[in-house]
Amino acid sequence: MTGMDVVQLSRWQFGLTAMYHFLFVPLTLGLSVLLAIMESIYVTTGRTVWRDMVQFWGLLFGINFALGVATGLTMEFEFGTNWAYYAHYVGDIFGAPLAIEGLMAFFLEATFIGLFFFGWKRLTRVQHLIVTVLTALGTNLSALWILIANGWMQNPVGARFNIATMRMEVTDFYAVVFNPVAQAKFVHTVSAGYVTGAMFVLSVSAFYLSRGRYRGLAIRSMTVAASFGLASALSVVVLGDESGYMAGLNQKMKIAAIEAMWRTEPAPASFTVFGIPDIDTHTTNDAIRVPWVLGLIATRSLHGQVEGIDNLVAQARQSIKSGMVAYGAMQTLRAHADDAAARAAFDAHVDDLGYALLLKRYTPNVTDASEDQIAAAATDTIPPVLPLFFTFRVMVALGFYFIALFGVMFVLASRRQLERYPWLLRVCLWSLPLPWIAAELGWIVAEVGRQPWTIDGVLPTFLSVSSVPAADVWISLAAFVLFYSVLAVVEVYLMVRTIRHGPHQLVPPVPGPSAQLA
Amino acid sequence: MSEYAILRLLWWAVLGVLLIGIAVMDGFDLGSAILLPFVGRTDMERRVVINTIGPVWEGNQVWLILGGGAIFAAWPPLYAVAFSGFYLAMLLLLCALILRPVGFKYRGKLENPRWRATWDTALFLGGLVPALVFGIAFGNVLRGVPFRFDDTLRMTYTGTVFDLFNPFALLCGLVSVAMLTMHGAAWLACKTEGVVRRRAQRAGWLAALTLAALFVLGGVWAATLDGYTLRSFAGMDAPSNPLTKHVVRETGALMANYAAMPWAAAAPALGVGGALVTALLALLRRFRGLAFVTSGLAIAGVIATAGVSLFPFLLPSSLDPTSSLTVWDASSSATTLLVMSVVTAILLPIVLVYTAWVYRVLRGPVTEADIAADPHMTY
Repeated sequence: MTGMDVVQLSRWQFGLTAMYHFLFVPLTLGLSVLLAIMESIYVTTGRTVWRDMVQFWGLLFGINFALGVATGLTMEFEFGTNWAYYAHYVGDIFGAPLAIEGLMAFFLEATFIGLFFFGWKRLTRVQHLIVTVLTALGTNLSALWILIANGWMQNPVGARFNIATMRMEVTDFYAVVFNPVAQAKFVHTVSAGYVTGAMFVLSVSAFYLSRGRYRGLAIRSMTVAASFGLASALSVVVLGDESGYMAGLNQKMKIAAIEAMWRTEPAPASFTVFGIPDIDTHTTNDAIRVPWVLGLIATRSLHGQVEGIDNLVAQARQSIKSGMVAYGAMQTLRAHADDAAARAAFDAHVDDLGYALLLKRYTPNVTDASEDQIAAAATDTIPPVLPLFFTFRVMVALGFYFIALFGVMFVLASRRQLERYPWLLRVCLWSLPLPWIAAELGWIVAEVGRQPWTIDGVLPTFLSVSSVPAADVWISLAAFVLFYSVLAVVEVYLMVRTIRHGPHQLVPPVPGPSAQLA
Repeated sequence: MSEYAILRLLWWAVLGVLLIGIAVMDGFDLGSAILLPFVGRTDMERRVVINTIGPVWEGNQVWLILGGGAIFAAWPPLYAVAFSGFYLAMLLLLCALILRPVGFKYRGKLENPRWRATWDTALFLGGLVPALVFGIAFGNVLRGVPFRFDDTLRMTYTGTVFDLFNPFALLCGLVSVAMLTMHGAAWLACKTEGVVRRRAQRAGWLAALTLAALFVLGGVWAATLDGYTLRSFAGMDAPSNPLTKHVVRETGALMANYAAMPWAAAAPALGVGGALVTALLALLRRFRGLAFVTSGLAIAGVIATAGVSLFPFLLPSSLDPTSSLTVWDASSSATTLLVMSVVTAILLPIVLVYTAWVYRVLRGPVTEADIAADPHMTY
């Protein structure tokens, strides 16, 4: 059981540090693009209020960015410190996107963000705009490569197991990069980031407007945020639907669990708007169902089947048995590399090898598993249904709420009536935490929905961990909780303080456009 | 030599270049942070020091992130063994590295002296601890660390965090601290004026002479240590499986490459020579751009010495020498190495060009007047 402890602890630590890191990432993604938009307006119109806006929101961007950089380092390290077998098993594929992320994206954003703050006096207006745009480009490319890595965990294409090295190795790098799941996740995630950035600007501006402070800056900021936010909120929902379609093709179990769909329904399947899933009896009580909708989302057709959990467990049983053949053949081949019969059996069943590894929890030899053990391992392929069912519904509801709120504010902004309804400004202010909640829930849906695998169908989570003492992981987990909590307090304190002080703190003049043109 | 063997050699060299890149680029701001309490006595002097690295530390830290990513991509078993084996040391390193950016960003936000003094301590530790941990890690790699693989290539590490603090590794830790302090001093001498510059100059020759002395001492000591010799292996282009070779422990094996290839002694010579020239420039009060270059060369020499002494080993195992990781059995597949080579060949020059442009824009010293003129956009 000590092994399980390390697995649980490592999962908690990775989950907590990832969710913490993801508090900063969406705001970085969204604000960087908003800064580039505002500065473009400044450069084209030459009106200094837009430069003040870039500098003020840039100040908040900087506070957020520092912790994003710092906590991102933890994520990279943890693949080695806590998931060493994972690092060995899939490093040949998974490491490359991370390295390319550093080279192509992180260098770009991190090198230019310094000039963003320190370059106002040293660069022309156009040069500074280019610096801001490159920073935004870097943050977005960064998300691209991280999601290519993550997309491969969800849909491991372009790779094959190599007996000689006992790991997965890349066969088609192009397939890894242009993995449809990764592309769908990328656009969904950056849109969610844009929504977060827009909501941040909208809420803080609403705070100023409701007190009648900095009206010029607040109204302009709110107008940009409302239009950018509306476009982003629309795309996050539409592209989220794309993610759902991709998951329907590749991760049938994830879709079934999110829907708490226990048995395959005749096509097209209905969508359960709400209900109470009962894990023990495999039924969903008090369900409100909308006919056809799930079938349409997941298969984009009226006759495509969406398979239920019980049916998928039965399929997993077959995959496990097929995987056992591959595992047995692998053992033979490791002793006698030129055994032709074993080679043929291995090649025929290698795609199910990961399913055989699920048995390691019950019998280390795998090939001697009993029917009961196979059944237990097949049941293990069901991810936690309850959290998925509810987190998904809250996330989707929030998505529609964002469309509505940004839509209303967009209409008011275009009629120049942003200040007309004070209660609406308060709604904007109190909506501030919602995009973060939606983003964290989205992460839970994607990553809890992947369980029991780290690499879907290839490597079970419980095998992926490092062989480190549980005590060490306890120490690191405690250290992270403590350290990160202190940082969170400092971060929020500084954010609130900077917002309360407002843009007037930037008074020490930077040369205006006339001075720079001269 | 086959394509795969050449790719492995190439990525061994790239690994070295990246480690040197980390030490040269991230190293000068770690060194500046170590020097912060000593060269800056007043708040304004400290702000000058912080603002010399303020615009560039984020980019510099990417060298470290890229180093990690490149090891993951090109040498996955090395990534797995080193990071999980040095678990608590890595945690310490992480905490220090997280403190640093936060300190840069947050120190200047409040006027309160206690707030600033707290972050000064955090910044000092954020510079010292990584420098020390890097050096200690290198020291342990040179001696070999206790791990073994089972037949599924799952790694077990039997050492504890306290074993890492052995005398030789501690000496390597001090070499690393002296080296990065020297480099930070050279940076500050280029980017500051007046009293801060004079103090940096003094710190510069002290650190450079300490580095030369400790590095030579480390070399003499290393000659008496047990090293590892590769007796037989599956081939330079065999699949990456560490359990396919025969390795023996031998006293003095760390010196074997210098005996076989005397020109390899250029690496330690560069380390000692670079440090001595840097010290001389500081003593002659010529501690400027040239000293930053010689200090960088000294760093390259010291790190190359570690790599050449170990070759072809990347990480020897003291518990089960057969499990040791070498250049020939711990790499990614040929496909991944090839893809990464092409990507690096295209992107790294671009990175170097725009990094150089940023440093050019920011050229010239940081003065107290600069900070007074723009108190809110500076740190």
